[in-house]
Amino acid sequence: MTAVPDSNFAMALMRPRSLNPTKMLGRIFVYGCLVVLAALFLAPLASMVMTSLKSMDEIRSGTLLSVPQAPTIEAWASVWSSACISIACGGLKGYFGNSFLIAVPATLISVGLGALNGYVFSTRRFQGDNILFGLILFGCFIPFQIVLIPMAGLLGMLGLAGTIPGLVLVHVVYGVCFTTMFFRNYFVTVPAEIFKAARVDGAGFWAIFFRILLPISWPIVMVSIIWQFTGVWNDFLFGVSFAAGSNQPVTVAVNNLVNTSTGTKAYNEDMAAAMIAALPTIVIYVAAGRYFLRGLMAGAVKG
Amino acid sequence: MTLSKRIQAALPAFVLSPSLAAIAICVYGFIAYTALLSFTGSKMFAKFDFVGLRQYERLFDNPRWITAVENMAIFGGLYVVVATCLGLYIAVLIDQKIRLEGVFRAIFLYPMALSFVVTGVIWQWLLNPGLGLEHMVRSLGWQSFTFQWLVEPDWAIYTIVIAGVWQVTGFVMALFLAGLRGVDTEILRAARVDGAPVHKVYTRIVIPALRPVFLTAFVIEAHLAIKSYDLVVALTKGGPGVSTELPSTFMYSMTFTRNELGVGAASATVMLTSLAAIIVPYLYSELRDDRRA
Repeated sequence: MTAVPDSNFAMALMRPRSLNPTKMLGRIFVYGCLVVLAALFLAPLASMVMTSLKSMDEIRSGTLLSVPQAPTIEAWASVWSSACISIACGGLKGYFGNSFLIAVPATLISVGLGALNGYVFSTRRFQGDNILFGLILFGCFIPFQIVLIPMAGLLGMLGLAGTIPGLVLVHVVYGVCFTTMFFRNYFVTVPAEIFKAARVDGAGFWAIFFRILLPISWPIVMVSIIWQFTGVWNDFLFGVSFAAGSNQPVTVAVNNLVNTSTGTKAYNEDMAAAMIAALPTIVIYVAAGRYFLRGLMAGAVKG
Repeated sequence: MTLSKRIQAALPAFVLSPSLAAIAICVYGFIAYTALLSFTGSKMFAKFDFVGLRQYERLFDNPRWITAVENMAIFGGLYVVVATCLGLYIAVLIDQKIRLEGVFRAIFLYPMALSFVVTGVIWQWLLNPGLGLEHMVRSLGWQSFTFQWLVEPDWAIYTIVIAGVWQVTGFVMALFLAGLRGVDTEILRAARVDGAPVHKVYTRIVIPALRPVFLTAFVIEAHLAIKSYDLVVALTKGGPGVSTELPSTFMYSMTFTRNELGVGAASATVMLTSLAAIIVPYLYSELRDDRRA
């Protein structure tokens, strides 16, 4: 190539692959965009953490993203143990416990049932099995408004209205649709020869499930547990519809704390309350983000 | 057949039956019940005095419901379009063989781990007119800056879009990133060797190849939008006034605070029907592909 005065300009128009200045500019652009976007996505979390550590005076004198000059955990302590939520003034701690009492059994039962259902769907062919599976899948996606009225009636009939076991039941019923899908889609990838060989060796229904299938299924077990736990923990609609007073989950309590308080808004307490409600799922996300993402993807892309 | 063999043969049905019974009652039975209720004159309690389509007429005569449907169109439309474009853009950026890819992905995806209530509470703080964004921009020197969307009836619905997009974009990015990684790299290399510039490779080859991912993203986003309830409750309580009412909040207040069970059931039935119109064809095609594979 001959050296001409405007060679830089010419180079910029050519294939970026072979020439450096354009490539450099491209890299700067890519990283610049990513850093700006990442900062925008992180800012709400940063503001939440910093605001929860400020006093109201400091909130008024500072800004969204100003670093607390005199950090205090007063807001955290108050919302955890003494803030007034509707009529009770015992803070969030009881509701936080409720969410565990709801989410742990609901997760274990729905994952257990889903594993068994998925096992049957993936190993037995029967008339209409695909239609049946489709009907279960559709159950994953219904707007729950359609079941609120009769479910309230059913819980009343069972004597479970307003209780924690009632909420566990609701979450198990609608969670089973998802866990069945997860396990079925995972188990159909297991080669059929394995089952045949096991059956020839005399292994029965349970032996195949517990000794052969479960030991190779821990990834999907993890995905299902994380999916169900975060789903139940983050639920608001069922909690607000079916749990009464001191049985409410933490999401409902946080909303009551933030949106029904009278007088001036205590944003530091709002942010501390939001942090407390978010902590378990954030911990799961940080510790097992890979499984969290796999659950999201499996919930989105079937088959 | 011996007894033990019979038991073995019946086991699969026995294992499935509790879940199937629960789903038959609590999904399909309840859908039928709510649909039936929407044709009755039920007020505070369910009673089966059929009134034909009167509850649907009342529903669509109710200006609050019309507001809710219009808001759904604004919110749903913007939510789907903005989250899809932004998610795709971030996915393309991350796909440029960058360093710290895992860190960037984790940053964009973390809002998805938060509940809608937490998201709503955070954005209520960030966008509050007194001490939030407006205050911050003014203290940076732009004294006349005003940002009061949260308290302006015409603008409040857009705060729901902002918070919703912030939460879901990372997930859309992950969908597109998985799609991008599946695009045949041989074709891309060939296009580059032929001298096609990067942006043309994307607009002409890569993005058309991602069509199935666009469909999945659309279905997921539309489904989340129609179901959105907690986000509105926590961020605006449906206000100011009823300016951020959505079908989900309308249904809840008709059913549980206004003692209008019939209208509530009619609105829930409309919600289900619109969602089914999106989900059923999608599930049908997914399952059919599944069987072919």
